Amino acid sequence: MRIKRSMARRAVAALGVLALAGSLAACGDSGDDSASGAKPDKLTGVGPITLATGKDTTGTLNEILAEWNKAHPDQKVTLTELPEDADQQRQQMVQNAQTKSDAYTILNLDVVWTSEFAANGWVEQLPENEFAMDKYLAPVVKTAKYFNKLYAAPYASDGALLYYRTDLLKQAGVAKPPTTWDEMKADCAKVLKLPAGKGMSCYGGQLDKYEGLTVNFSEAVDSAGGEVVGSDGKPNVNTPEAKKGLDFLVDGVKDKTIPKDALTWKEEETRRGFESGKVVFARNWPYIYALMANKKDAGNKVAGKYNVAPIPGLSGPGKGTLGGHNLAISKFAKNKKTALDFIKWFTSEKNEKTWLTKNSQAPVYGSLYDDPALQKQFPYLSTLKQSIEKAEPRPAIVNYGDATAAIEEQAYAAISGSKSSAQALKDLQTNLTKITSKDK
Amino acid sequence: MTTAVQAPTPPAKAVGPMRQDRRRGVGRFAALLLSPTVLVLALVIGYPIVSALRLSFQVTHQGINPTTGMVENTSHVGLANYAGIFSGDSASQFWNAFWNTTTFTVAGVAIETVIGVAMALIMHKAFRGRGIVRASVLVPWAIPTAISGLLWKWIFQSDGIANTVLHTHVLWTTEGFHAWGAVLIADVWKTAPFIGLLALAGLQVIPGEVYEAAKVDGSGPWRTFFRITLPLARPALVVAVLFRMLDALRMFDLPFVLIGAHKHSVETLSTFAWYEASNLRYGTAAAYSTVLFLYIAVVAFVFVKVLGADLIGRGVEGKKK
Repeated sequence: MRIKRSMARRAVAALGVLALAGSLAACGDSGDDSASGAKPDKLTGVGPITLATGKDTTGTLNEILAEWNKAHPDQKVTLTELPEDADQQRQQMVQNAQTKSDAYTILNLDVVWTSEFAANGWVEQLPENEFAMDKYLAPVVKTAKYFNKLYAAPYASDGALLYYRTDLLKQAGVAKPPTTWDEMKADCAKVLKLPAGKGMSCYGGQLDKYEGLTVNFSEAVDSAGGEVVGSDGKPNVNTPEAKKGLDFLVDGVKDKTIPKDALTWKEEETRRGFESGKVVFARNWPYIYALMANKKDAGNKVAGKYNVAPIPGLSGPGKGTLGGHNLAISKFAKNKKTALDFIKWFTSEKNEKTWLTKNSQAPVYGSLYDDPALQKQFPYLSTLKQSIEKAEPRPAIVNYGDATAAIEEQAYAAISGSKSSAQALKDLQTNLTKITSKDK
Repeated sequence: MTTAVQAPTPPAKAVGPMRQDRRRGVGRFAALLLSPTVLVLALVIGYPIVSALRLSFQVTHQGINPTTGMVENTSHVGLANYAGIFSGDSASQFWNAFWNTTTFTVAGVAIETVIGVAMALIMHKAFRGRGIVRASVLVPWAIPTAISGLLWKWIFQSDGIANTVLHTHVLWTTEGFHAWGAVLIADVWKTAPFIGLLALAGLQVIPGEVYEAAKVDGSGPWRTFFRITLPLARPALVVAVLFRMLDALRMFDLPFVLIGAHKHSVETLSTFAWYEASNLRYGTAAAYSTVLFLYIAVVAFVFVKVLGADLIGRGVEGKKK
């Protein structure tokens, strides 16, 4: 018996140690990185490089890379696939930077990570004169800049669209999609009176407590004439305009314009809600347009019965939030000249067109949105262009992770009714001020 | 049971100088043979712990240069990361995570033990199809936690099976007590079989004649269960419960996948430390992990030293006398 007991004790001790070693080891070492520099350093070095990006499930990326590698056998680009989850992508890129590893040359950054990577000196400043800056959609360029310097090349954009049911609006005698929140509610009331509108709610967005809530909250605030972070980089959410924006969501949930279920909705749940006829209007990204058109299953009631419009606002069309990705060059990589050449080629108009036609990825060049042939293939293109041109980037904050957590926290508290919207905005202002003013 | 304790010891007289020399040689040889293992353990377990401990005392202040916008960090050695547990902005979050970790462990393991023992009793009975029952009970345990988290997410979504079956409209994955409950249900579903399996192993070593004797003495089924089955299966059960407790205290993937990151109703110490680390506050993340480490160590120590030792000792030796 005694032997058994001591064995158990030892096993227990070993297990405890093992369990903790794992969680402790997960925390990397922090370095004291400080970087400076006003002019971009000359990017030098020619040779093989890597492209670190999330998973591409379509195979388009491999085709494009093969084309480059065929033309540049001595400057081959190798694909480094990162996990599908955005948080994990960021984490791996941060780890790569903190170990100063040269494993990743080009980083495919979500637009909201630019400030963090630039401020920490993890990515190189890029020479503006080597990119066709005037051809890009203006708000897209904003997401690639930090302190007015270019740190990444725009590569993919994304904008908010209002999806609406053409069949129901027609039946209710509504001629065109709404441009304001009040119009949307009025149109909705008409639809809900129809026999076909029985049991439906009006509007759905991404209101679960995650990044999507930050997007939807910022959109509501911007669309009501407010701002989350002012042009001076200081948070400015404790304003009457911001309150009107937040109240659109809060009151919507309260008066059931927005179904309570939307508090659990991310992008895919929103799509399913719209597809199954739970809501008349839904805010989502362009990617679901083709998905809903081609899906022929029992859950999809809307194939051929929907269209898109710019998202509505308080007193006119609203301002969407920008999504998308930019390409940056890691500070610690080798062969940066090749990297720059590759980025220029990779984000060229020709390749952006391929991305659009094969992956329906929103391009960063304005001209592609006006191409009649492309508009025919993607009927939402001109609406999307309007959306992106009016869009606001999400707050450019170095500690973006903290900022978005604070926004999610307060917006969620207000929407779920545990706090008044005024109190939530007041608390958010306090928290954001703390996060953005972390100086010595 | 007592044979192991009374292993024959060689008489002291027989140990001459020659023998002692040889013994020392054998000891050295054994140390030599063990050294690679010790080295690997030191690298794989020792180093990360020491490194994390060191990191937890490193206090970093972030500053942003107002003209260049560049991050300029300064760091020094101090106790501020630990002091943050008791005061400041993150204190309430820490204690919320601590509370969740504890309640998940206590409630979860208690329910799992009851269900697990019930499962073991069923699996122990001889009946047709026992093999199938045993195998099927283990299916939840065999599914990776992240996958079972996804499965339960489907069940608990607003138009999911849970709401349909219960005729309710609970938004399980939103903040609140229901989220805590959802995680608990999923955790019990997944890990009760583990206790069941270990308890079954304990049941199988109980000799049949003990039960026959009980029957002859006229003991009823409840009495037999509490006086014979439970005390004799206790050693295995205590180990099972302890393993589960250590496992539950570091719960991460289930709340993370099922409910979502950074939802306070289900935030555990592990997910909170992860959140800190992913926002580049490695010092505080290391401090929280260290606290969790100590918490687990204390629980294990108390369990083995006080409860474990006593329970096993009395349970078996008491019977003998």
